[in-house]
Amino acid sequence: MAGEPVFQISRLAKVYRTGDVEVHALRGVDAVLSGGELDVMLGPSGSGKSTLLNILGGLDTASSGDVLFRGRNLAGLSERELTLYRRNHVGFVFQFYNLIPSLTARENVALVTEIAANPMRPEEALEMVGLQDRLSHFPAQMSGGEQQRVAIARAIAKRPEILLCDEPTGALDSKTGVLVLEALARTNRELGTTTAIITHNDAIKEMADRVFYFYDGQISQVVANQRRVDAASVRW
Amino acid sequence: MRALDRKLFRDLVRLWPQSLAVALVMACGVATLLMAIGASRSLDETRSAYYERYRFGDVFASATRAPMSVAAVIAGIDGVAAVDARVSVRAVLDLDDMAEPGSAVINSLPPGNQPAVNALFLREGRFPEPGTNEAVVSDNFAKAHRFTLGSTFRAIIDGAKTRLTIVGTVLSPEYVYALGPGDMMPDDRRFGTVWMAESTLAPLAGLEGAFNSLGLRLIPGAAASVIVEKIDDLLNAYGGDGAYLRKDQLSNAFLDGELTQLRGMAFIIPPIFLLVSAFLINMILSRLIALEREQIGLLKALGYSRVQVLWHYLKLVLVVTAVGILIGIVAGNWLGTGMTRMYSEFYSFPFLIFRRDPDTYLIAAGVTLAAAIVGAARAMGAAFALPAAVAMRPPTPPVYRRMLGGMLARFNPFSQLTTMAIRDMGRHPVRTGISILGTSFAVGLFTIAMGSMDSVVFMMDAIFFRTDRQDATLMFSSARPPSALAAVGHLPGVLRAEPNLWVPVRVTNGQYSRQLTISGRSADADLSRILDLDLKPIVLPESGLVIGDRVASTLHVRPGDLVEVEIMVGQRLSAAIPVTQIIQSYIGMMLFMPIDELSRLAWGGPRISSVNLQIDPAEIGAFYRAVKETPQVGSLALQANSRQRFAETMQTNMNTMLVVYLVLSVVISFGVVYNSARIQLSERARELATLRVLGFGRREVSNVLLIELATIVALAQPAGWAFGYLLGLIVTSSLSSDLFRVPFIIEPDTFAAASLVVAAAAVVSALVVRRRIDRFDLVQVLKTRE
Repeated sequence: MAGEPVFQISRLAKVYRTGDVEVHALRGVDAVLSGGELDVMLGPSGSGKSTLLNILGGLDTASSGDVLFRGRNLAGLSERELTLYRRNHVGFVFQFYNLIPSLTARENVALVTEIAANPMRPEEALEMVGLQDRLSHFPAQMSGGEQQRVAIARAIAKRPEILLCDEPTGALDSKTGVLVLEALARTNRELGTTTAIITHNDAIKEMADRVFYFYDGQISQVVANQRRVDAASVRW
Repeated sequence: MRALDRKLFRDLVRLWPQSLAVALVMACGVATLLMAIGASRSLDETRSAYYERYRFGDVFASATRAPMSVAAVIAGIDGVAAVDARVSVRAVLDLDDMAEPGSAVINSLPPGNQPAVNALFLREGRFPEPGTNEAVVSDNFAKAHRFTLGSTFRAIIDGAKTRLTIVGTVLSPEYVYALGPGDMMPDDRRFGTVWMAESTLAPLAGLEGAFNSLGLRLIPGAAASVIVEKIDDLLNAYGGDGAYLRKDQLSNAFLDGELTQLRGMAFIIPPIFLLVSAFLINMILSRLIALEREQIGLLKALGYSRVQVLWHYLKLVLVVTAVGILIGIVAGNWLGTGMTRMYSEFYSFPFLIFRRDPDTYLIAAGVTLAAAIVGAARAMGAAFALPAAVAMRPPTPPVYRRMLGGMLARFNPFSQLTTMAIRDMGRHPVRTGISILGTSFAVGLFTIAMGSMDSVVFMMDAIFFRTDRQDATLMFSSARPPSALAAVGHLPGVLRAEPNLWVPVRVTNGQYSRQLTISGRSADADLSRILDLDLKPIVLPESGLVIGDRVASTLHVRPGDLVEVEIMVGQRLSAAIPVTQIIQSYIGMMLFMPIDELSRLAWGGPRISSVNLQIDPAEIGAFYRAVKETPQVGSLALQANSRQRFAETMQTNMNTMLVVYLVLSVVISFGVVYNSARIQLSERARELATLRVLGFGRREVSNVLLIELATIVALAQPAGWAFGYLLGLIVTSSLSSDLFRVPFIIEPDTFAAASLVVAAAAVVSALVVRRRIDRFDLVQVLKTRE
């Protein structure tokens, strides 16, 4: 599977209408994401990164163009099919963690393992992110970095084919942020999950296979790193 | 418009469904309060004005035959302002438009027509001329038979059939609620009140120069009980059966019951709505202020004072309250008018004063406003106290704790989604409690409304089908020898005839003493039965008194006690008689004795005063015709008719009540459940959107909310039943009077119906909110930070 195209994106456009104003969030994006890759998407606010990620994750639909996930066009999927797509194939990590405050770390992960087809045990997922000792803690009892790692554990526990991360370190200091990046890199390495990370943080690009530069709704440049830097040595 | 007011306006537009739900709950409170206070004041006022203008009596008495000179003596008693001594007889009516015999009370009018006590309101026509067979009749009776001036009907007065000509229709303060002798329900068709000139009636009744009925007006502050004693002393020799006060006068006592009920309603129903609206305001405002925490901080940082911030939110509450009060006033006036119309059907007043006092409105608006402010106080206090710097920072994340010592974390039989719902309820115990309480009020309100119907139905069932099972009761105008029983037994269609003797007495137990009537029964009486406290029929012991529970508690008598019984008729003997048993009685003050023993005591020999009858339905026409031709009959009560009328009245009332309380309960349940769902949705939008992102379907995600709502609604049921039960108990006991007692009964279906109504309202409101979850914009919700 590694190396095979996971997403084939062609002429993808997205227009938001708010009142009388049309915002062109994506203006004809073409790209291919390959299996097992860790890609970083860089660019200023409003350049279209999050919009692309949301469309890839089945949270949003494109105005025109196609996204083929393993040859299947996401544009044609119904609401129900999109739900199943998210449930079975996609893991999400958000800037603000989005944990369920009323569930413990283990239960937050179990939330996903209870509905996934071939999940790992919640304990296993939490161990992968180094939280084997925090199983019974509620989100409010954990630091931001820990909460984000629970979110990663929750995202990977279903063994997703793709992991979509929107500013995963955006709310964290650099030391905690690195721990989170390590967890993402490890998942990518050990599970072979195709990973896309959106960030404002230029330093993160060092750990990527490829870096997509966004500008004004388009991919302005794609740079392939010759060598991926170990997440532990990323600094900002 | 100032900027802050513009914000207020837009907040209101945004929150309109929630605000409207609260306003409607308030409106129900205002409307029911206005209706109850308005109606009770109107009725009270109308009654007082009517009594005053038409000189309704303060004391009433009757005798067998007393010379007019005694009336003059009574008029001289200290404290007596006016006396009307008249002839009053019962009569059987032979009416052309009715197969069954009607019955009437015919009273005499003094020369000059208007009595000094219990004056008549002449609605149409004129008063009867002396020496003619002219009569004035009660207005409702005339209407029921479409009588016009000049119409005639036949009445059997003291055995003689007399044709009377109607020359006028009247209303009397004595018969606002006109119940025929022996009847359980007013029936304007079967029972009428008739007045004739004394010079005509007295000879017909064999009471020339005498009277048998007395009405008195007293000077304000007069010692009524002393006067009653003096009258009793004076009338003793003339078959007086005990004077009584206005409060025991039948029509007046029914009006008293109605007033008690209305006042009770004012104290029970509106507070429920006001309490619920206070809860709702508290819930909504707390959430609004939590959401606008940063805005509040900003306003304060910009230099708005704490009072200005407070006032801003108070205005929101005031606008919602004002809308609620306005809707309530409109609805209250509408309901009040309906209530007035109902009065004019049930009670006959010559006029109705519908009181719409400004203070009623002020009270309603005031208590509603007070409830709203109390509800808002906690949330507004928080907004007031919030320091600007703190407000600008995001609130600390919600802290969840393990419940039940971590039981749920270690051994969790529920899915994570259910766990979320359970923990969320645990985290907001006050809000959850308030929602449960609010919903339980809806259940309780419906339970008590329908439960009061159950109670009345139970009572009437006990009376009509278990106690007084006779088809008819034939009453003689005075006590007769037993041969009368045999005569009645030979009337056509009579299958069974059981004698009854009614004897007025004074019963004394130490310091407790009451004027009552003893009913003498034969041991084998099976039509009209005596039921014990468990409603099982008893066989009357061979001697001694069997007394109703109300009599027992009034006189503080227990079985085995000896009471002093002073017979008020015949030889006026006194005897100490043992009480053998206490029995159930829902109506009146019942005492029973074996008919032989009672006859001996009262008359020295066998006597009967009425006969209970079972009649062959096939021969009912012949029976009616025979009764109309039987001179000795004083009046005829038709239990079968009463049963039917009761069933009809109940059906109408039941349907009206059902609709009214259905609306009220639905408004409460919708208000509580909808608001509670909206607030949860607002608090948990991000959480629920996250679930959608994680791959949960719409249905699964809405279930998190629905589980919580369902739990609230489920827990509210037993609480509501208990609440309804308790209120029902209070209401029925407040209605107890010597006249009747309503047993407290709630049928299981009533609980079920209340739960169904509330659950249905809850499901609808939950579905409305569910639509919002379905339309979540996932991306938008996730972008915002809590």
